[in-house]
Amino acid sequence: MIEFKNITKVFHTKSKDTKALDDVSLHVKKGTIFGVIGYSGAGKSTLIRMANLLEKPTKGQVFLNGKELTKMSRGDLNIARQKMGMIFQSFNLLKTGTVYENIAIPLKLTGVPKKEIKERVNKYLEIVGLLDKTNAYPAQLSGGQKQRVAIARALAHEPEVLLCDEATSALDPDTTESILALLSKINSELGITILLITHEMNVVQSICHEVAVMENGRIVEQGKVIDLFSQPKTETAKRFVQSIFNDKIPEELVENLKNSGQIVTLSFIGQSSGKPALAMVTKQFDIFPSILSGNIAQLKDEPYGRLVVHLEGSASEAEKAMNYLTELGVIVEKYQNRGESHVG
Amino acid sequence: MLASITAFFDNWSLEIWEAVIQTFQMVGIALAISILIGLPLGVLLTLSGPGKALENKVLNHGLNLIINVIRSIPFIILLFFILPFTKMIAGTTIGVGGAIVPLVVYTAPYIARLMESSLLEVDRGVIEAYEAMGIKTRHIIWHVLIRESRSSIILGLTISTIGLIGATAMAGLVGAGGLGDLAYRYGHLRYEVDVMYVTVFILIILVQGIQTFGNRLSARLKKD
Repeated sequence: MIEFKNITKVFHTKSKDTKALDDVSLHVKKGTIFGVIGYSGAGKSTLIRMANLLEKPTKGQVFLNGKELTKMSRGDLNIARQKMGMIFQSFNLLKTGTVYENIAIPLKLTGVPKKEIKERVNKYLEIVGLLDKTNAYPAQLSGGQKQRVAIARALAHEPEVLLCDEATSALDPDTTESILALLSKINSELGITILLITHEMNVVQSICHEVAVMENGRIVEQGKVIDLFSQPKTETAKRFVQSIFNDKIPEELVENLKNSGQIVTLSFIGQSSGKPALAMVTKQFDIFPSILSGNIAQLKDEPYGRLVVHLEGSASEAEKAMNYLTELGVIVEKYQNRGESHVG
Repeated sequence: MLASITAFFDNWSLEIWEAVIQTFQMVGIALAISILIGLPLGVLLTLSGPGKALENKVLNHGLNLIINVIRSIPFIILLFFILPFTKMIAGTTIGVGGAIVPLVVYTAPYIARLMESSLLEVDRGVIEAYEAMGIKTRHIIWHVLIRESRSSIILGLTISTIGLIGATAMAGLVGAGGLGDLAYRYGHLRYEVDVMYVTVFILIILVQGIQTFGNRLSARLKKD
């Protein structure tokens, strides 16, 4: 659907050149919700603006449905852009227009017939749940409502892709959740592909199918969300996972417990989160497990849980228990304080 | 007392009425033409700036230079300085017709400047949102830039209109008449102080009225 090929973007300023994107390649498949996560300055904002060429790459190509956007004339690009809706952190609505006008004016300007405009405005206002605010001005709406208007405005063009530039970053947690639910619904019911960027791991956790982690203008890790949660490879990814699963155990305690057994991390994915695995371990082996920390999170498609457990007992019994757990489908790892030196 | 007031109006009402009409004519025509020139000029000035949709260094610097030069010249000097130009455009250098050209030359760059500052207030993000929807620049200018800054533009035009009324007083020097001219010729030069007081009073009411109207209209157009 959207494909970035070897994108490099250099910003020239008087004092120096900054490489915002460094040879980034990414493929967003049709129908998925693809998240790009990174700290500020990682280049994710520049990346999403490449998708509709609000920012032009210094090097590299951008494709939409196999057509190269980076080669298009201004007019063709405008037509292609109409297939890509975009929403922003700051909503970007017309302050001087009502909710109706905010959706209708862009439709009029892109040549949608008059009769159809009214139908579309009503249809999409209903989808975002704001039919009762048709004649309100943005100043009379809450942040979440403004974002809903922005979403309706984007959807009214009946796009194939929705680009979300930190769409929930200015919203409170409850509102964030409702907007995320709406995005998820748009994806599943209207079949719209979503590319979003965020610095919040809970956004990735709750709605994304796939995720890419960015750092210093590069994609350092990429894959299914569950893989990022269960087996983060890079330091940055680990820190993001830790923002959801804070399973840091005090160093002193770790040292103490090491004398009487092993500390392991157990990850449960999907079905395996349902079984009483630890109870079975106590029954079958000469092991006394005690839970030091535990978390469970609902990812988009499946639950994912993680326990930090102290297995008290002999090394050989612990070994057997760990093998047994692995057979049950639990991911067993030696415990280490994740990203310790960075978490402040 | 009453008799003297009646006598005053018997003597002067015709002159004052004529002066009011002349002032309205000059302000109205000059303002209309100045908006027609100043608004697009302001848009061009804004959009040719660095990082904007029609970025063009030469055009931007050129416009800035011209506007600054014209704005540096006091109106009374400008009035005489551009006489040949006035003759060429209006065919005359006297009367209301001869005053319009210098008034426009004086006001249009001022409006362009005020327009620029209004347009620069428009949130960059909204413009970007419209670009992202594949909307043409000329549509964005009207439906986003000017629409979103309309309240601020009205305030700017109110200021320019009042400035224009001040300038028309000097246009009397080329025989264009008007309230300012009346106050100057009769009130100052011929010591008819009553005439001066009355015209000044009318000017105060006029300026107050325009400012109040501008403020109200601007507030009504503002939706945030």
